[in-house]
Amino acid sequence: MTLLAQAATAGPSCYSRLTNDWFCWAYVEDRRSQILDALTQHVLITVAALAFGLVVAFPLALLARRLPRLEGAVLGVATGLYTVPSIALFPLLVPFTGLSPTTVVIGLGLYALTILVRAFLEGLRAVPEEVRESARGIGYGPGKLLLRVELPLAVPVVMAGLRVATVSTVALTTVGSLVSYGGLGNLISDGVQTNFRAELLTAAVLCVVLAIVLDVLIVVSQRLLTPWTRGVRA
Amino acid sequence: MRVILDAWAYLTSSANWTGTGGMLQLLGQQLLITLTALVLAAAIGLPIALWLGHRGRGGFLAINVSNVGRAVPTFALLALLVTADPWGWTLDSFPGTATLGPYGRGGAATVVALMLFALPPIITNAYVAVREVPSEVRAAAEGMGMSGRQVFWRAELPLARPLVASGLRLALVQVWATATIAALVAGPGLGRVITDGFFRTDYGKGIAGAVVVALVALVLELTASIIQRAVTPVGAGT
Repeated sequence: MTLLAQAATAGPSCYSRLTNDWFCWAYVEDRRSQILDALTQHVLITVAALAFGLVVAFPLALLARRLPRLEGAVLGVATGLYTVPSIALFPLLVPFTGLSPTTVVIGLGLYALTILVRAFLEGLRAVPEEVRESARGIGYGPGKLLLRVELPLAVPVVMAGLRVATVSTVALTTVGSLVSYGGLGNLISDGVQTNFRAELLTAAVLCVVLAIVLDVLIVVSQRLLTPWTRGVRA
Repeated sequence: MRVILDAWAYLTSSANWTGTGGMLQLLGQQLLITLTALVLAAAIGLPIALWLGHRGRGGFLAINVSNVGRAVPTFALLALLVTADPWGWTLDSFPGTATLGPYGRGGAATVVALMLFALPPIITNAYVAVREVPSEVRAAAEGMGMSGRQVFWRAELPLARPLVASGLRLALVQVWATATIAALVAGPGLGRVITDGFFRTDYGKGIAGAVVVALVALVLELTASIIQRAVTPVGAGT
C-alpha cells in the first residue's frame, strides 16, 4: 500500500511507459549501478581489445619491416579484414571462443590491429636515417636501437594511430551486444527492443563521452611520453 | 570445422538464394540502401567540403566533424533513429521502423544512419583534396585572370578529383559493410542472414552470410577502383 501511495504521489516518473522521455535524470539515478556496470564492461572490453591489438601489431610490424615481401601481405590482409563487418566477425569467432567477452575482445582487437600495424610501420619508417646511423655509431645494438631510439621517436605516429583505433573501438564495442557482451551496447540493444528512450539515449551519449575521454587521456599521455616535442612548439 | 561445411551447404543450396527473403533479394536491398546512402552523403558532403576547401577556411570544422563522427556508434545512431520521433510530428512513423518500399522495414532510418556514417570520410577527403592543390597552381590560375569560380572549376577540382574519388571509394566499402548492422534493429539487408543464423545457433548460416557480405565488399572495392582509374586523368597521380 505504501509503495502504491508513494508512486501515486510522485506521479509517473519521466522514464515510465507513459511519458518515456528522452532525457531523464531520474533514470540515471535509479539505475546507476546498472549503467556503471555496463560502462565498466565497455571500458574493460575496449582496453583489452586495444592491448591485444598493440601486442600483436608490434611484432607484426617488426616482421613486415624486416621482410619487405611480407609487408604487402600484412597490409593486404589488414585491409581485407576491414571489409568484414563487425557483426559478421563475431559469429565467425563464436564456434571457437563461445559467447564470451573473449569473442568481442578478439574481434575488436583484430580491427584495432589493422590500424595499429600501419601506425607502427609508418612511425618506425619516419625515424630519420641519420639518427639511426649515429646511434649505431655510438655502439647501439639492434635491440637497444629499437627500444631506446626508434620506438620513442615513433611514439607520435603510433599514438595518432592509437587515437583512431581507440575511438573506433569504443564505437564498435556496442556491436558486441550481439553476444551480450557489448557494454553500453547492451543498454542500447535493450532500449530499442523495449522502446526505452531514456536508456537508449543515456547509453549513446555515454559512448561518445567515453570515446572523447579516452582520446584526451591518450593525448595527455603522449605529451608526458614525448617531452621533447613540447619544447619545439613552445 | 563442421560450421564451415554447414556454411558451404547453405551457400550452395539454391533455395536459400531465391524467393522472398532469399539472399539475392536481401543482397539487392542492401546494395540499394548502400548506394542511396552514399549518393545522399555525397550530395550533402561534397559541396560543403569543396567549398570550405576552396575558401581555405573551416578546416578545423571539416577535420573535427570526421573525428566526432567516428566516435558516434552507428548502432546507437540507428537505434535512436528507429525509436525516434523527436517532436511527435510524424506520429511515430518516421524514421522509425516503418517499411519504405524496396528499402524494407526501418529502411528510412537505415539510409539516414548510413548517410551520416558516410559523411566524415567524404568531407575530410574532399576538403584535404582541395587544400592540397599546390598554391603555385592557384596563383598561376589567378595570374591568368581566372575568377574565383574558374580557379575552382578549372584548376582545383580537376587536381582534387583523385583524392575525392578515393574518399568516396572508402565510404562505399565502409557503408556496405556497416549496413549489416541494420539487422540488429530488425532492419533490412544481408545482416539478417547473419543474425538469424546466430540467434538460432545455426552458425553455418551466420558464416555464409558473412562470406557473402565480404565477397560483395571485395567486388565493390574492385569495381570502384576500376571506375576511379577511368575517371582519373592520365598522369594525375594514382
